[in-house]
Amino acid sequence: MGNEEAVFFSRVLTEMTLSFHIIYATIGVGIPLMIMMAQWVGIKKQDEHYILLARRWTRGYVITVAVGVVTGTAIGLQLSLLWPNFMELAGNVIALPLFMETFAFFFEAIFLGIYLYTWDRFENQKKHLLLLIPVALGASFSAIFITIVNAFMNAPQGFDIVDGHLVNIKPLLAMFNPAMPTKVAHVLVSAYMTSAFVLASIAAFRLLKGSNHLYHKKALFFTMKVGLIFTIATVIIGDFSGKYLAEYQPEKLAAAEWHFDTEGKAPLILYGILEDGEVKYALKIPFALSILAHGIPSYEVVGLNDFKKDETPPLYIHYLFDAMVTIGMLMLVLSIAFIAGLWRKWTFISSKWYRSLIVIGGPLSILAIEAGWWLDEVGRQPWVLRGIMKTKDAATSSGQVDTMLILFAGLYIILGIGSIIVLSRMFRKNTIEQELADRVTEEAGELD
Amino acid sequence: MTLEVIGISVLWLFLFGYIIIASIDFGAGFFNAYSLYRGKQHILTKIIQRYLSPVWEVTNVFLVFFFVGIVGFFPKTAYFYGTTLLVPVSIAIILLAIRGSYYAFTTYGGLKQKIYVFLYGVSGLFIPASLSIVISISEGGFVTLEQTGPVLDYLKLFTSPLSWSIVVLSLTAVLYISAVFLTWYADHANDIEATELMRKYSLIWAGPCILTATGIIVEMHGHNHEHYTRLIHLWWLFAFSLILFVGTVYLLWKRIRYGLAFGLLTGQFALAFFAYGISHYPYLLYPHLTIYDGFTNEAMATALIFAFLAGLALLIPSLILLLRLFLFNKEYVQGKQSNHP
Repeated sequence: MGNEEAVFFSRVLTEMTLSFHIIYATIGVGIPLMIMMAQWVGIKKQDEHYILLARRWTRGYVITVAVGVVTGTAIGLQLSLLWPNFMELAGNVIALPLFMETFAFFFEAIFLGIYLYTWDRFENQKKHLLLLIPVALGASFSAIFITIVNAFMNAPQGFDIVDGHLVNIKPLLAMFNPAMPTKVAHVLVSAYMTSAFVLASIAAFRLLKGSNHLYHKKALFFTMKVGLIFTIATVIIGDFSGKYLAEYQPEKLAAAEWHFDTEGKAPLILYGILEDGEVKYALKIPFALSILAHGIPSYEVVGLNDFKKDETPPLYIHYLFDAMVTIGMLMLVLSIAFIAGLWRKWTFISSKWYRSLIVIGGPLSILAIEAGWWLDEVGRQPWVLRGIMKTKDAATSSGQVDTMLILFAGLYIILGIGSIIVLSRMFRKNTIEQELADRVTEEAGELD
Repeated sequence: MTLEVIGISVLWLFLFGYIIIASIDFGAGFFNAYSLYRGKQHILTKIIQRYLSPVWEVTNVFLVFFFVGIVGFFPKTAYFYGTTLLVPVSIAIILLAIRGSYYAFTTYGGLKQKIYVFLYGVSGLFIPASLSIVISISEGGFVTLEQTGPVLDYLKLFTSPLSWSIVVLSLTAVLYISAVFLTWYADHANDIEATELMRKYSLIWAGPCILTATGIIVEMHGHNHEHYTRLIHLWWLFAFSLILFVGTVYLLWKRIRYGLAFGLLTGQFALAFFAYGISHYPYLLYPHLTIYDGFTNEAMATALIFAFLAGLALLIPSLILLLRLFLFNKEYVQGKQSNHP
């Protein structure tokens, strides 16, 4: 296998692993927070339904966390196996957050084990809830540390290269790079948002399937409310991300927005197609790109033509941007209408078609996460470490990457199918009606 | 002590931790499957499940900690080992992934077919076998430096008596460590039938384990003479290790103090593992890479050590809590508390 092929297959394999892992990782970051909030509400209001929400979500969460852990181990090792040259360099400068991530993960794993096996063990339910805090913190800090590494790949700093040698290494400066604040915040809030909408999707699905149980209605209301809050946060932080890009990675912004000529009062282009360098059938929002980039309509946004041709990302990332933003906006409208509808007693929010939309919202949110990560990774090309090391120079020289690609594809199919079967069986066999009835008999048994 | 030595010592300690708790895990899976095959599942399954359920995820973290740490402290290992280990480590990851997630699927998700129990048991033996290849490669002679980078000679690796003895040692050690631990755990749970069965397995695997370990030293003589000489130089550490081994077997034989027996076993493996590690010094990969030319810069090393100390301050109390709730809590171990979600 030639080097070009090794690079190609390494990219495909990394993309596949990340695309699969990110589904479970995103859910793994967001769900503990959701469980925590539900259990808190349950304890405060002494409402059995919220406690059961926390309990049932936990059961599902264990399954997704298992797949998240093993695929996370896979990507952790694949970084060294597929990109040894990159990791050799990165190890010198950005190893600190990677190392801290393992501690966050450790912390989460220990307390998850404890939390899982101590339901009903405490007289005071709040003590049990306390055990969940390290799980949620560990999960979110894992995301923070890993995203810092990714931010470093986009805006490397904290070292100098003199005669091909790394000198003046400052690990903390490398961590707190310009890309870090917006990226970390964006990843966190979008994970919370996605988790809320995935759970909302399940509640809506149950209601659509004929259950009219109050439990599902409470679940839907709770998750849509939380989802709305985090969607608003995601939109605001997304705007800051645009400003970061304009300042530090203008070529990525220009490619994502199909902005070719440097100009002020730049319009934001959504959708459309490219024909011989001409943008057609697109939706143009006047001044919007200048506002996204700098907050004022007259701001001059650097166009793609100002960059070297071999240092700009592929133009299809425009569609990834479109997909991410469109889904985000859709979820915003959907959740606002739902909350407003509850308040104003609009009946359409309980209609079949509206609930179907919420059901689709879960998978769509995950799709938005995927699109966002593809945009981030492809938008950094041709660099693996922007301005320092190109992707083609980072890959392994091994000749067996294509075979590994097939093996891992098989693995992800097995894990994907397995987790879907297990999760759906788990909840179909033990419906909420069933579980509530069981608990009543159990309690009666204890009283005897 | 130099930063290099501190770094490698910390990593070696965590690798040792992984080897012990992962061996318990892998062996438990195998014994569980074997007892199902022999129709004795009722004796072992409950004990094994009760131990594994709260800790399986923690086991995995030890491994992650080791490989993230080694790339952090010794970034050049990413270049040498990353390139050469693509195939064996990928296979190990795939097995670990299937094993770990199907454990969760069966335990929490209610998949109950026998086939999973067998797959779980067998995969637990393939994982140490494929991971142990890393140790063989580190002995040198299997990696050549070509113009494109380091290349692994598979034919030489698979026909080498040394690499096969290391594979066999990894298997016997897994079964022995696990059996001794489970003997103690079952005894702790007052489960006489399970204790007797695990005690029998412990005594069966004790001999093969010590024989294969000795075999490695002999193989080393022919493979890497420099390392062999350094190993022999540390004969007294191995002698202590052997004494502890004899102690474990004696206690098991006499049916007394199973907790102490497991403690002695841990000591035996710690001494041998560290003696091996010290004799490997200063090489990470014979003869291409030492801990000195593979080391990271001083700023990063200091930062990592600080992070490590801060992390330990967080982890040790948490681990103690985990052990107190599930390992040293009689009520839980005896199955009087279930409290699963």
